Amino acid sequence: MIIQAIAFYLFAFVAVAAGVLVISARNPVHSVLFLILAFFSSAALFVLMGAEFLAMILVVVYVGAVAVLFLFVVMMLDVNFVQLREGFLQYLPVGGLIGLVLLVELLVVVGAWVFAPEAAASGAAPTPAPDAVSNTHALGALLYTRYVYLFQAAGMVLLVAMIGAIVLTHRRRAGVRKQKIAEQVGRRPEDTVEVRKVPTGQGI
Amino acid sequence: MPIAQVPNLMPALPEIFLACAAMALLMLGVFQKPGPEEEIKTARLISYLSVTTLVLALLLVLTVSGERLLAFGGMFVVDPFAMFFKVLALIASATAIVISRQYLEIQDIARFEFPVLIVLATLGMMMMISANDLIALYLGLELQSLCLYVVAAFQKDDARSTEAGLKYFVLGALASGMLLYGCSLVYGFTGTTGFEGLATQFHGAAGKSPSVGLVIGIVFILAGLAFKVSAVPFHMWTPDVYEGAPTPVTAFFSVAPKIAAIALFVRVMVGPFGDLVAQWQQIVIFISIASMLLGAFAAINQHNIKRLMAYSSIGHVGFALIGLAVGDAVGVRAILVYMAIYLFMTIGTFTCILCMRRNNRMVEEIDDLAGFSKSHPMVALAMAVFMFSMAGIPPLAGFFGKFYIFLAAIEAQLYTLAIIGVLSSVVAAFYYLRIIKVMYFDELTDSLDKPIGREMAAVLVGTGLVVLLFFGFLAPVVSGAEGAAAALFAG
Repeated sequence: MIIQAIAFYLFAFVAVAAGVLVISARNPVHSVLFLILAFFSSAALFVLMGAEFLAMILVVVYVGAVAVLFLFVVMMLDVNFVQLREGFLQYLPVGGLIGLVLLVELLVVVGAWVFAPEAAASGAAPTPAPDAVSNTHALGALLYTRYVYLFQAAGMVLLVAMIGAIVLTHRRRAGVRKQKIAEQVGRRPEDTVEVRKVPTGQGI
Repeated sequence: MPIAQVPNLMPALPEIFLACAAMALLMLGVFQKPGPEEEIKTARLISYLSVTTLVLALLLVLTVSGERLLAFGGMFVVDPFAMFFKVLALIASATAIVISRQYLEIQDIARFEFPVLIVLATLGMMMMISANDLIALYLGLELQSLCLYVVAAFQKDDARSTEAGLKYFVLGALASGMLLYGCSLVYGFTGTTGFEGLATQFHGAAGKSPSVGLVIGIVFILAGLAFKVSAVPFHMWTPDVYEGAPTPVTAFFSVAPKIAAIALFVRVMVGPFGDLVAQWQQIVIFISIASMLLGAFAAINQHNIKRLMAYSSIGHVGFALIGLAVGDAVGVRAILVYMAIYLFMTIGTFTCILCMRRNNRMVEEIDDLAGFSKSHPMVALAMAVFMFSMAGIPPLAGFFGKFYIFLAAIEAQLYTLAIIGVLSSVVAAFYYLRIIKVMYFDELTDSLDKPIGREMAAVLVGTGLVVLLFFGFLAPVVSGAEGAAAALFAG
């Protein structure tokens, strides 16, 4: 029990600290690296809660794809972050006030939270007991049986998103030198290299 | 380890076929030879195959349903109501592909993705029409909308087209957000997303007033759906998107998605929330009156014919929503008849607009039609027929659509609605007749391009005959609509 508590506080502290560092680091590359650290710590928190599938997804999707994408974007784009950050202190009072209002609103909402007793019974998808099956199994059983239609429909939506992105951005430009590996490999010395006898003292 | 039962896929067979065919067509298109000339050839091939696919799907729709069938745990429903609307949506999409081919080739944007996206949008529409669950509704709507955003911006070198796509995307995302917020509220207050579950919860609750949160949820769902059918006050995007999008895309927009969204609107309001009619009826009445009036008055000042058609379609949606405001089987029957007629009138009109070319460039001003009757007597005649029909002159099709709508309103004693409807259709007749006046009585200045193409002529003849001779097959359409409407109320 005590080990669990220690682990929770450790990971929670690391996650919060990394979150603060994401917005306060001067170098944007450092920010992204701290973001990755925050993701990892949150994944560890999920494991502590027994949601191992979510933890794995967080690592695979957010660290593996999203954060790496951010890293690429930060490195490729020439964004002047110092300039972006200029008004930071100036907006701090207003931003802080809005944050405070949001916090109070959240407290009011959570404080007045009432859970209708009949709502629990009529839940759309009853969940199995967590110690009977693993997370992944439970999610998969639901996703591929009861919600298979929605799952496939979401897949179609993603397919359309991909087609749309390609249609709207891809252009065929003239004069692009594309690497054609088959042609490169298929080249033979006879086609490209010409051996000539050069008479001495004359050149070609 | 228990193995799940394979669900009964038969009711969803047309959708599954359409999805697989769309992916197959995509693959076929991708693996064709590159090069500018080959690209046009590929686009042509995929266009023909897409039309064939849609026709096959139409046959499947006709064979599969007949009675009420549920699939996928009740998330998907097939009934005569769905069948009626699916047939309309498939006809609309297939004709939209047919009339778009020539335009795309002239504008140098003939790419095979266009018909594939239309097929995928049609798939989304069919999922919307058959949705029996809030999540299924949302996914169908999103699949359709995403395709529409892309085709609106399809002419990507044209600033107006990209602007139309972007505007449509931003406002559409806002509408989706509202819809989702409404869905989440409804789910939060009822604990279920299935239409059947919602209907049983509200059954017998007609007298009691439901909780405020639930009503707010319904209002948000209504707002999201009103955006998708472009009803006032959620119509702001329509004129700009219609004007900016490539003309065949506008033709597609004004028919197929609108039909599907109206079907969804009717199913959601009558199905799960049918017993709460007192809660939403006033809103629908307001939306309907506002749409009719705006459609009638805002179109008067328009010079661009696509913009004019945008306002005209807003007005038509207002008329169709009268049927929903009535909220019984007679009203829904009137909507079905109205949408069927609207489909043919609008497709025909847009085919005429697509014939408006001068020196191989599209022209879109109403004044460009001057002397159209002398240069293109047959096309002008067809356009005149469509305009008279839109104005609601008997014995053309448009008259019968309005007739059944007003009949339903009067039977339900919604006299205000009927009177405003008649008056606004009189005002709207002004700008329809103005187009005829420009075509027949204004001097020919600069003739439009002559040969209009075989496909266009075929579509014009087909839609023109339907509109002209609609009284001939009024009985089967009305009885089909009656069966479809009865099926919606039986469930």
